[in-house]
Amino acid sequence: MYDKGKIITGIVVFLLLVLFPVWYSALAGRTGHVPDPVISKSAGDRCVEPAEYMRSSHMDLLDAWRDDYVRHGGRAHVAPDGTRYEKSLVNTCLRCHDNKSEFCDRCHDYLGAKPICWDCHVVVERGR
Amino acid sequence: MNALVSFLLVVGLVLIAAAGTGAAGLQTLFGVVVPYVAILVFLLGFVRRIVIWARAPVPFRIPTTAGQQKALDFLPYQPLENPPGAGTTFLRMVLEVLCFRSLFRNTRAEMREGPRLVYASRKWLWLGGLVFHWAFLLIVLRHLRFFTEPVPGFAEALERVDGFFEVLLPELYVTDLAILVALTYLVLRRFLSPPVRYISQAADYFPLFLIVGVVLSGAYLRYLSRTDIVAVKALGMGLLSFHPDPAALRGVGAQFYVHLFLVCTLIAYFPFSKLMHLGGVFLSPTRNLANTNRLTRHVNPWNPPLKGRTFEDWMEDFKEEIAQAGYKLERD
Repeated sequence: MYDKGKIITGIVVFLLLVLFPVWYSALAGRTGHVPDPVISKSAGDRCVEPAEYMRSSHMDLLDAWRDDYVRHGGRAHVAPDGTRYEKSLVNTCLRCHDNKSEFCDRCHDYLGAKPICWDCHVVVERGR
Repeated sequence: MNALVSFLLVVGLVLIAAAGTGAAGLQTLFGVVVPYVAILVFLLGFVRRIVIWARAPVPFRIPTTAGQQKALDFLPYQPLENPPGAGTTFLRMVLEVLCFRSLFRNTRAEMREGPRLVYASRKWLWLGGLVFHWAFLLIVLRHLRFFTEPVPGFAEALERVDGFFEVLLPELYVTDLAILVALTYLVLRRFLSPPVRYISQAADYFPLFLIVGVVLSGAYLRYLSRTDIVAVKALGMGLLSFHPDPAALRGVGAQFYVHLFLVCTLIAYFPFSKLMHLGGVFLSPTRNLANTNRLTRHVNPWNPPLKGRTFEDWMEDFKEEIAQAGYKLERD
């Protein structure tokens, strides 16, 4: 092998870069961490849609709500069981989930997601 | 034909992953075994390929440059085109790796009326290649949010810059659009340009279609379908801490496994394909060697140790003959 020093340095740098997630996570020591969003006590046992759907697609629902509310004046969301809800983040979602830092933020922080909701909406939290 | 075979191969991979995790229920195979094997093949194959390349001797500098060499002091020379030292060579490499300077110099020859040979600068390949590679790099870095806990600041910042326009929810990434446009160009270039189509092999089409598949399945996961991405991250973190999470394996849908399987195929195929130019660009002798052909003496590394014969040796051999002929030796 020619230029041994340079080649080995290059390979080591390459391996360090590719394996960044492995050593970074090992150093940070939070590999086993899984977010545990807390359902507030004030929340009932039902959401506006099934929990499975809300877990993966709540952003679609909120997006559709916003567009319908702002552009077409649609105010009412009818849940699968027939219950009517107001299409409102603050008045409907946050009324039950009154703990943004323990509910919304847990998963969003875990995934590095920065939702743009709070650019406009005020954060309503229990005890404020 | 090459394109068709490659296309069918990629479609086959998609079907294998979809069937394997959908009907057959082989989540452990596609979510744990395949990723580990792919990473291992990638790392070992990459290092092996670099070592093979490093064993090839480069006995002399290959000055395929476009600029004046450093010569006499009063002659201006071009340090980036024709670097005389380590620093300028480093700069040339930086520009090559980050800006694809060689592609920027691309010219195209055409026969016009006359007949007259015309050369013109063609930047399309440079532009398409640059957009594709940068978008790909940023997308890979953006994916760090699934493989790091806590998510490092630069990955989050990248995410925000990439979603700057705040169109759609979750935000449309500029890099996703850019890579799709660039990939469309790179595919069409192979189809529509007769000279390029003539030299295109299955080894050119397959990685291209594979990357198209990776990008489309990824975009589908983000914009069209929804999967439980907390489970996706739990799966990723479990893999890299060597404790795969069985709950996460069942928590993600078949469409995610299609994306993962295409990515695994890509990285496992990487060391055996033309994609190795990722490592090869750093080892290209026409780019990474200073043009010191005349500044310093270069000795071929595999020259046999030649024992020279001096005039003294010669005089020693023939001293009797010389004496008989009546000559006087110099040393006497």
